[in-house]
Amino acid sequence: MDLSEINPVLLVASLMVAATPLLLAAIGELVVEKAGVLNLGVEGMMIVGAISGFAISVETGSPWLGFIAAAIGGAVLSLLFVLLTQFALANQVASGLALTLFGLGFSALMGQSYVGVKPPSMGEIHIPIISDIPVIGPVLFQHDPILYLGIALTAAVWAVLKYTRVGLILRAVGENHDAAHALGYKVIKIRIMAILFGGACAGLGGAYISLIRVPQWTEGMTAGVGWIALALVVFASWKPWRALLGAYLFGGITVLQLNLQAAGVAIPVEYLAMSPYIITILVLVILSADKSSAPASLGRIFHASH
Amino acid sequence: MKFTSLLASAAVALGLATGAVAEDKTKVGFVFVGPVGDGGWTYEHNKGRLAVEEEFGDKVETVFVESVPEGPDAERVMTQMALEGADLIFTTSFGYMDPTINVAKKFPDVKFEHATGYKTADNVSVYSARFYEGRAVQGHIAGKMTKSNTIGYIGSYPIPEVIRGINSAYIHAKKVNPDVEFKIVWAYTWFDPAKEADAASVLIEQGADVILQHTDSTAPQAAAQEAGNVITFGQASDMSEYAPMPRVSSIIDNWAPYYIARTQAVMDGSWETVNTWDGIAQGMVEIGEISDAVPADVKEEALAMKAAMADGSYHAFTGPLKKQDGSDWLAEGETADDGTLAGMNFYVEGLEGEIPQ
Repeated sequence: MDLSEINPVLLVASLMVAATPLLLAAIGELVVEKAGVLNLGVEGMMIVGAISGFAISVETGSPWLGFIAAAIGGAVLSLLFVLLTQFALANQVASGLALTLFGLGFSALMGQSYVGVKPPSMGEIHIPIISDIPVIGPVLFQHDPILYLGIALTAAVWAVLKYTRVGLILRAVGENHDAAHALGYKVIKIRIMAILFGGACAGLGGAYISLIRVPQWTEGMTAGVGWIALALVVFASWKPWRALLGAYLFGGITVLQLNLQAAGVAIPVEYLAMSPYIITILVLVILSADKSSAPASLGRIFHASH
Repeated sequence: MKFTSLLASAAVALGLATGAVAEDKTKVGFVFVGPVGDGGWTYEHNKGRLAVEEEFGDKVETVFVESVPEGPDAERVMTQMALEGADLIFTTSFGYMDPTINVAKKFPDVKFEHATGYKTADNVSVYSARFYEGRAVQGHIAGKMTKSNTIGYIGSYPIPEVIRGINSAYIHAKKVNPDVEFKIVWAYTWFDPAKEADAASVLIEQGADVILQHTDSTAPQAAAQEAGNVITFGQASDMSEYAPMPRVSSIIDNWAPYYIARTQAVMDGSWETVNTWDGIAQGMVEIGEISDAVPADVKEEALAMKAAMADGSYHAFTGPLKKQDGSDWLAEGETADDGTLAGMNFYVEGLEGEIPQ
């Protein structure tokens, strides 16, 4: 065992990278669920975002355009979910699952000609002086912009939900759509906006994997991150900062356990491999002892005639 | 009463219908652990499937299901294939071993072929390739080329196939470079590009300048390319899109001849249970082109070793070799028997860490 081989600065830097796709997808889904909609299609929207972003950034040479395309791609796929659940009033669970299956297949089709292609690099933000501070510089100030966007989004979602009228209306729709409707709020319209936002965030998360974390396109490359994001929203009790904490814990322990393995620490590998799941769940369950509950209308279908 | 008879006649009709189809065409099913576009393991199995289609044309129909988890869900997929009239089913991952045996019991007339396992039955054959021969070549190149004397190894699951690969690579790296050290990380997945890339990055951060992978995607290659000055080897497939650097060579699994032969056997009615384990000699394991990033003399030695394994004059596990705990395994000049290799659950002397149990 040689713990000195683990560079704590690189470790923290790479755990932030590992956590970002999860965070982006979870924040999007959190808003969707706060509006009372359960969209199980996160995995599908992520993978479509991953290939949309990859394809556009390879074609244009600009990772920025790629990320914009990824957000649009994820949102467009979520439109399908909108059609099914908000207009055709289909079951949300079934529609979400269908979205995932469709997204996985469709992305494989779209990605046929992009296997083995190297995407353009986004580069890191380099702020003079601040980025050069030892330790703190590489940890906090030498990342790609999307990583900061993830944190900024978390803060924005938290502030909007907590302090603004828009947030209040969104939560009202999620808690009791009949009452919100009676007050004159456009339940369907608000939910559509929330679903599109969720789709865009999931798309960004997917593109973060294909453009920055790996960086390449491979079929099915999200490999279950969308499902973990869904679970994270529940364990985070629908609170943005807890979702951030959960994502960083999960991503962090995933990277940490790989580091410990490589350094030859004498903890059985089985325990290390399961630790991200166990510790994240444990911490978030303990935090959720304050009995915060799910939005009351979560997963229920709304029709104005009711 | 009426309802049951209705069901019965429907079942008979269904049986006749599938029977009729099965008569003209041999239906071959494939169960894949990853997506066919993984660029590695499943990609090569799918190439084998396409070769079967090309060989037999209209006489054969192939079906496949990709990204099937190893576990109970695999049984459902295989059962479905058998019910849909498959005559021959290839299950292409180690974790399908027990599901294959279970489903095979229920369908005695369907032939099953399980890759990399060791359980056979009257209608279940097993087949695998001697990947460890390819690992020997990789170990040699890795040992010669590493500057940090640290070689990173991304393991999938601690099963004999993976452990053989680690041992074989280590023995041959150590032989040419006594200072070499292996860092082994278990990913506990066959296919998860993000995690595979993370594992590669971690190993590189801890000083490895050679990455060997036993997972299925090309993500570690991308991570190595990003890091620069790190060499890798294509796994299961050539992964030539990452040549000449970081990918300097590869192990290519060539399943096509086997799949064609076994499909032919089902057509002829000559299929019987076999235990196939072919290597470089039979062409099931191929060594991908060694790129110019490798010095010419190293390349020559690697090719000589490959030739020696092909003609049988050299075995990748030749004594004197000791086990990790220091006990004797193979005496001078002795070679490992297939039984020991098939169930290999120990590291050779010099490797650090324990195999997860």
